[in-house]
Amino acid sequence: MTDVMTEVAIKLAVVFVMFFGVMNLAGLHTWIERKQSAIIQDRIGANRASIFGFRLMGLLHPLADAVKMFTKEDLVPAGADKVLHTLAPAFSVFFALVAFAGIPFGDRLVLGDRIIELQPAKIDIALLYIFAMLSLGVYGVILAGFASRNNYAMLGGLRATAQMISYEIALGIAIIGIVMVYGTTDLQEIVRGQGGNYWGWIPRWGIVVQPVAFFVFLTAALAETKRIPFDLPEGESEIIGYFVEYSGMKFGMFFLTDFLETILVACLATTLFFGGWQVPYLISDGFHFPWGAVLPVSQWTYVLLGVTSFSIKVLVFCFLFMQIRWTLPRFRYDQLMNLGWLGLFPISVANMLVTAVVLQLTGGRP
Amino acid sequence: MAVKVMRRRELTFWEQLYLPQILTGLRITFAHFFRNMFFHTAHSLGLLKQFAAAVTFQYPEQPRPLANRFRSRHRLTVREEGTPRCVGCMLCETVCPAKCITIVAGEHPDPNVEKYPVRFDIDLGVCVYCGFCVEVCPEDAIRMDTQILDVAAYSRNAMKLDIHELMNPALRKPLPEGSCTLKFPHVCQLSGGHVKGSWEEVYGKGAAHAAPIHPGHY
Repeated sequence: MTDVMTEVAIKLAVVFVMFFGVMNLAGLHTWIERKQSAIIQDRIGANRASIFGFRLMGLLHPLADAVKMFTKEDLVPAGADKVLHTLAPAFSVFFALVAFAGIPFGDRLVLGDRIIELQPAKIDIALLYIFAMLSLGVYGVILAGFASRNNYAMLGGLRATAQMISYEIALGIAIIGIVMVYGTTDLQEIVRGQGGNYWGWIPRWGIVVQPVAFFVFLTAALAETKRIPFDLPEGESEIIGYFVEYSGMKFGMFFLTDFLETILVACLATTLFFGGWQVPYLISDGFHFPWGAVLPVSQWTYVLLGVTSFSIKVLVFCFLFMQIRWTLPRFRYDQLMNLGWLGLFPISVANMLVTAVVLQLTGGRP
Repeated sequence: MAVKVMRRRELTFWEQLYLPQILTGLRITFAHFFRNMFFHTAHSLGLLKQFAAAVTFQYPEQPRPLANRFRSRHRLTVREEGTPRCVGCMLCETVCPAKCITIVAGEHPDPNVEKYPVRFDIDLGVCVYCGFCVEVCPEDAIRMDTQILDVAAYSRNAMKLDIHELMNPALRKPLPEGSCTLKFPHVCQLSGGHVKGSWEEVYGKGAAHAAPIHPGHY
């Protein structure tokens, strides 16, 4: 009995670490967005919110935002479907959050005879699971458009759905290359497969074997998460999107979903193409540098280094997505569809075929 | 009229690839980001303050420098003995397109001056800041060079400036009790709109005959 309790406690702790990290990073995203855009544009950015005169570089603005969101009036349009209208943002956030269960953020931690996998849920088909959850996120969007009883919201919802479904295909096919190379859909195994080096010095990361897939994945993932330059579903000030009829925290939840999905995509890109928690030249007993030096590290250090490495990579991706957001102008809708169906889709299929041929010729693992 | 056909330039293959163009764009934003980040970091360490990391003026603390000819809140210029230079000629009140100036002229004890404003009010809620009053003044008695921009109030009444604030731009609303330092007879809004003061306070007893000022509201 106590054994079960300990198992549950450990699992809860792992889940908590993931949840805590992700939610805080999502909250911080509003700050990163403001500050990074400000610095890119030679401005200073939001820095006025203060507690007892402490401004903390504008770090309190997300807090003020949250307070504002919660205290704002929550409007449901007359004649709208109240249940679905309320359910839609919850759907969005829920599916964005549960997807994180499949992300491994560290190697296994061995405590005595107990092996702790640093992955909220050990799923053999984690990759499929995450993609399923990402796809289910569409429901939040289309329900929001549908339940608002507003023609513009409806159109916005349809537009968003069309975009997400179109890019999901390119996204999925781009990933098949990775699945073929590593021969598994278990993300923890995919990350393990990325350990070691080619020719002794190039890390065996996914981007080395699947560079084309990486770029297709990145582009499609940006579109999937509705970030600029693919933010046609939202475009807060310019285009009427699916959440016109939302206010207060319900709107805030759609916003949060956006940031959560961005982080999820950053996690996925890290896991699939940048070696997840792998640190270059580090294997479980220490650093093995290409010039022959060996620096042994303890098991705890090894795991912590892995978690740190994963976090840093995710942060870098978040930063990169933000940078792209403030660099590129928005696509037109026909350009968006053209890029998805005539650009990324054929490229990803070609990538899959080439990968298959190469794998067949080299016989299995690269 | 000749028709000029504008043909859209075809994208080159390099541009159609799109990725290199994205990298070009990213280079610009990254250059700005890292340059500004470098100077922000240096500033926080107290270094390289002469290079700006942002073009922002942190407004209330760091006002933006204004041009000398900038038309800001009005003021009445003052003679040595503390009376307004204004001679009550009514030119500004007449020329004002917004009709925001109210002057009541009174007799000045000095025969060379003849008149002065017993009351001089400007309603800033109505003023259009055209500067005609300054242009038209023959005595250089009104100027718009206080560099005060943040004129704001919760009521229309509070937007009205009377002679105290016009002669002393340092005074800001709400005016404290007893901040009236004017000695000559004037309509004192600070003490309920009554006429207050006498020329004897300005020039001393018997130095000039006190012009009769009728008591009451103006």
